[in-house]
Amino acid sequence: MEYRIGLAQCVPRLGELDANLELANGWLRRAAAEGAQLTVFPELALTGYLLADLVPDVAMRADDARLAALSREVPGMLVAIGFVEETEAHRFCNSAALLRDGELIGLHRKVYLPTYGMFDEGRFTRPGDRIRTHAVREPVGRIGLSICEDFWHASLPMLQAQDGAGLLVNLAAGPARTPGSSAGLAAIAGWHKMQDTYALLGTVAIAFCNRVGNEEGLTFWGGSRLLGANGSTIAQAPLYEEALLVGALETDDLRMQRYSLPLLADERLELVRREMDRILAERAGLPPPADEDEP
Amino acid sequence: MSERAAPLPEIDAEPMIGIIVAFIRSQLEQTGFSRLVVGLSGGVDSATVAYLGARAAGPDNLRAVLMPYRTSSPDSETDALQVVAALGCQSERIDITPMVEPMLALIRGEETLALQVRRGNVMARQRMIVLYDRSAAFDALVAGTGNKTEALLGYGTLHGDMASAFAPIGDLYKSQLRAVAGALGVPREILVKPPSADLWPGQTDEGELGATYHDLDRVLFALVDRRWTTERCTAAGLDPALVAWVAKRVARNEFKRQLPPVAKLSLRTPGIDHLYPRRRPGSRRGS
Repeated sequence: MEYRIGLAQCVPRLGELDANLELANGWLRRAAAEGAQLTVFPELALTGYLLADLVPDVAMRADDARLAALSREVPGMLVAIGFVEETEAHRFCNSAALLRDGELIGLHRKVYLPTYGMFDEGRFTRPGDRIRTHAVREPVGRIGLSICEDFWHASLPMLQAQDGAGLLVNLAAGPARTPGSSAGLAAIAGWHKMQDTYALLGTVAIAFCNRVGNEEGLTFWGGSRLLGANGSTIAQAPLYEEALLVGALETDDLRMQRYSLPLLADERLELVRREMDRILAERAGLPPPADEDEP
Repeated sequence: MSERAAPLPEIDAEPMIGIIVAFIRSQLEQTGFSRLVVGLSGGVDSATVAYLGARAAGPDNLRAVLMPYRTSSPDSETDALQVVAALGCQSERIDITPMVEPMLALIRGEETLALQVRRGNVMARQRMIVLYDRSAAFDALVAGTGNKTEALLGYGTLHGDMASAFAPIGDLYKSQLRAVAGALGVPREILVKPPSADLWPGQTDEGELGATYHDLDRVLFALVDRRWTTERCTAAGLDPALVAWVAKRVARNEFKRQLPPVAKLSLRTPGIDHLYPRRRPGSRRGS
């Protein structure tokens, strides 16, 4: 069965929530016209990226009526979109909402906030503390949401694959470095290698939506991609240009891939957990956990 | 085998040009301007910025301002006019001599390098005054012409040639610029002539800095981009004296690359914990 996914490789306007809601609406209508059953937007698509102290000005609750209204415009379609979330306890997070028909189906708060080099996210937003997957009625299995840097930590996509995800959705705002040199191409190739590897090892499909445009001196590189559960590239958007990329996943591929390459089923999670407990205990200077199997 | 300090990585000019042009358009769009002014010296940096500006905003929206001083090389003006003709942009010539002479008359004493530098600073700052006035008259943003080598070495005048609305070539080393300039179609005469601030007769950048841009950029690339220690640079075959000189100069000129520190007194202080994007919603002209 075919499942059509749209990736809205757009240019959000920095700090302009209302304008971005309008823009998102336009992209959703175009995606609907192209038959997308799921449309993915980039990280912070409703606010722009380099917000600094604008964070409280553009924050909204995950159950905000404007988010619900956005998804109601495209009946039946799943929408994954990035925004600044303010929790009930006034925790400000870089979040992604998964919506359908006005209903919030899933929520992910960016777990890994890069605060090094050109990044300063941890200064203005707080990290999420859940890595979950979300049940949808589509034949793609559960959906695992993540945001940009989250994907640079292999534990996150691998946990989501173990948790039943058949599709990993990554919303990104990746700025380019050294474009036009081999190092710049290598940075983009690094992202691609990582996605290829997760798809292969997780036997899971991947939808990666990266924004484009400029903010201050940063240029976001785009190159959004859709990968099948065998690691093959189904569709890829251009670099640096706005584009609506619509591609189709063949959902039977997931089934046969997992039959022929049963990596997830073979994973020894209890062993991973035991070794993880040992490492954590050692790092904390605690006695090792009891190991009943040790001869 | 010991590690060799490689030359700067080869760059592919076209993607860089694409990014810079989009950056300039984005700066214009975010501020609500549609025009640019650029101080055109006849050198490769300002010529490159003029070509980029013409591509981003269109030649009708670019005004090149030529600001000679009485000792400026006539070749500089010829080269600058060649750029104007090639681009079909607007231009004006404003001689800064009568503006700076009264000030220069105050700078007297034994003829030393320090004195020359003071005079050069007066000229650079006068050009800034002219350029910002022309930007107001032309309803335009001032496009900066500083490159990465100058910024890192502090080889520029604070509030003079370093003043601008944005810096399109500020992350390109001087020796990378030629590739970009060549791809843009900057005339050959400008590409091959020795770089000079043209602040006094016979001045060349490389003469004043005491090393070629090729060598300086290799050291800067190793120290800054690759984060190598001075020891590692030296072990990789870079000249120890040059490495030490460059490292010191980069450190000594940190102040030129930052806003002045504010004595913190209040709960919220601009630049310390009052942090916003430069262009905030509603700051665009006409919005």
